[in-house]
Amino acid sequence: MGQIKLNQVTKSFGEVQVIPPLDLTIEDGEFTVFVGPSGCGKSTLLRLIAGLEDITSGHIEIDGADATNVPPAKRGLAMVFQSYALYPHMSVRKNIAFPMKMAAVPEDEQNRRIEAAAKALNLTDYLDRKPGQLSGGQRQRVAIGRSIVREPSAFLFDEPLSNLDAALRVGMRLEISELHERLKTTMIYVTHDQVEAMTMADKIVVLRAGFIEQVGSPLELYHSPRNEFVAGFIGSPKMNLIKGPEAEKHGASTIGIRPEHTDVSMSEGMWEGRVGVAEHLGSDTFIHVHDTGLGDMITVRITGDIQVKHGDAIYLTPQLDKLHKFDAQGLRME
Amino acid sequence: MATQHSRSAARIMMAPAVILLLGWMLVPLIMTLMFSFKQYLPLRGGDLGWVGFDNYVRFVSSSAFWPSVVATLTIVGGVLLITVVFGILLAILLNQPMWGQGIVRILVIAPFFVMPTVSALVWKNMFMDPVNGLFAHLWKFFGAEPIAWLSEASMPSIVMIVSWQWLPFATLILLTAIQSLDSEQLEAAEMDGAPPIKRFAYITLPHLGRAITIVILIQTIFLLAVFAEIFVTTGGAFGTRTLTYLIFQRVLESQNVGLGSAGGVYAIILANIVAIFLMRIVGKNLDA
Repeated sequence: MGQIKLNQVTKSFGEVQVIPPLDLTIEDGEFTVFVGPSGCGKSTLLRLIAGLEDITSGHIEIDGADATNVPPAKRGLAMVFQSYALYPHMSVRKNIAFPMKMAAVPEDEQNRRIEAAAKALNLTDYLDRKPGQLSGGQRQRVAIGRSIVREPSAFLFDEPLSNLDAALRVGMRLEISELHERLKTTMIYVTHDQVEAMTMADKIVVLRAGFIEQVGSPLELYHSPRNEFVAGFIGSPKMNLIKGPEAEKHGASTIGIRPEHTDVSMSEGMWEGRVGVAEHLGSDTFIHVHDTGLGDMITVRITGDIQVKHGDAIYLTPQLDKLHKFDAQGLRME
Repeated sequence: MATQHSRSAARIMMAPAVILLLGWMLVPLIMTLMFSFKQYLPLRGGDLGWVGFDNYVRFVSSSAFWPSVVATLTIVGGVLLITVVFGILLAILLNQPMWGQGIVRILVIAPFFVMPTVSALVWKNMFMDPVNGLFAHLWKFFGAEPIAWLSEASMPSIVMIVSWQWLPFATLILLTAIQSLDSEQLEAAEMDGAPPIKRFAYITLPHLGRAITIVILIQTIFLLAVFAEIFVTTGGAFGTRTLTYLIFQRVLESQNVGLGSAGGVYAIILANIVAIFLMRIVGKNLDA
């Protein structure tokens, strides 16, 4: 129940091909996250799966059955939109009941499912309010409630947390993860925030300009990014990518070292540089190091805090076993 | 910075405009009220003095009074129904992406720019003329007997002419309302399994509620005073004499200013009754 398979799927808007031929299988019960920079086609891909856009060529299979030309309502998928798309003139109860009303579910069964969803999502006290009277987080939960009651074979989330403030986002992230644990239903989640991707996903699909750059578990992507793009995209702060003579010393075109895999000293090390901005987060300190002769600024991460001033000399030593090497095509070298 | 000083300054500066507007409204109103209590016949003796409520009694006891109220309400109701229903359909149609959208939209709005007198004359002579009108030719083409529209079907004809004029207004307001509908809501409803008709009924129509209310309220104000279309087509004959037209006849054709003024006061009362009913029925849509 809930395996989704894309087979040579393409999508063009007029002359512009936004999704080049693409194969992807999403297993039943998996939490899959599509991640990529803005305009990479991740939302389009989700809408193709939902059926809100027609695919230009290729096939979509849901649970082994060809769903390419099946209308969205008949695919058994539920979608949560970025704007929540609640019906403003209906109460929360009617919003949640709407898909069941369309499917002609008996009244008492409707009420049973509404109560269950409201209890699970802490909405019981708000059932008679209109969406306009709710906060952002509550609206989000109503949107999720509306999708749960249909008992779909898969949930599609289109950047659902991007309209929430930082604290709420962390909370909702947990709630969605817990929901997935409880329901064990396939979920596809689109985001541009790699932190959301890393924390929630069973499987991450990194997209760039419609191409799948890499598919894998969050830690696979972190430890062995397949190319420079994935290396730079996954991880926060970003991996330092160094080109030129320093990379050639390691027999690569580009080398990458994560900020957390660089040792810092005030007296000696492999690379010398000058402290730029130091971001003190309490638990960690991010130091931007300039003038290392390696090209761009290097970011390093230190656990705890360190007393450095702007302009201080600083020495960096990368942990050589954590060094990533990429060839001239930007592909990973083992 | 609403200090005591700035507030009083604001009042002084607004005063000329407020006083002018008030005068503009009060002078005609008071004069109408004054004349309505007088026997005033400009060509037959002029001001013949106060007569109390005689004019009011005469105006309502005239056999033309109730038919004129019914005619007024028929025109208002008929035009509102046609313009709202077709306005919604046209707005949905015009909201679809299509080639030449800009020109089509301007063409649809064009009738609103035609003066009522002109459009009524065009309808009367070019379309509804029983001998040379386009409708007559169309009827004859299908072998039917042409209809003398303005005498045989006078009320539907007037409603049709006035609707044609007001349809662009309704379409324009409803089109802007439709354009402000969040497309994700429609997509969500589509995902929720609602077919197009139900999406319209459950999502689009409620979204249009406020715009429809505005269309109804504004049109009612203007439709209660429809005059030119009747003047140039039927001249108030064949059951198309509205309250406005009756007042016109009393004042200018019968040269009885007092009687007409009493009719004017009744027209104000009728407009207010209609307004109260409308606000009861549709006014709640305007609350945010």
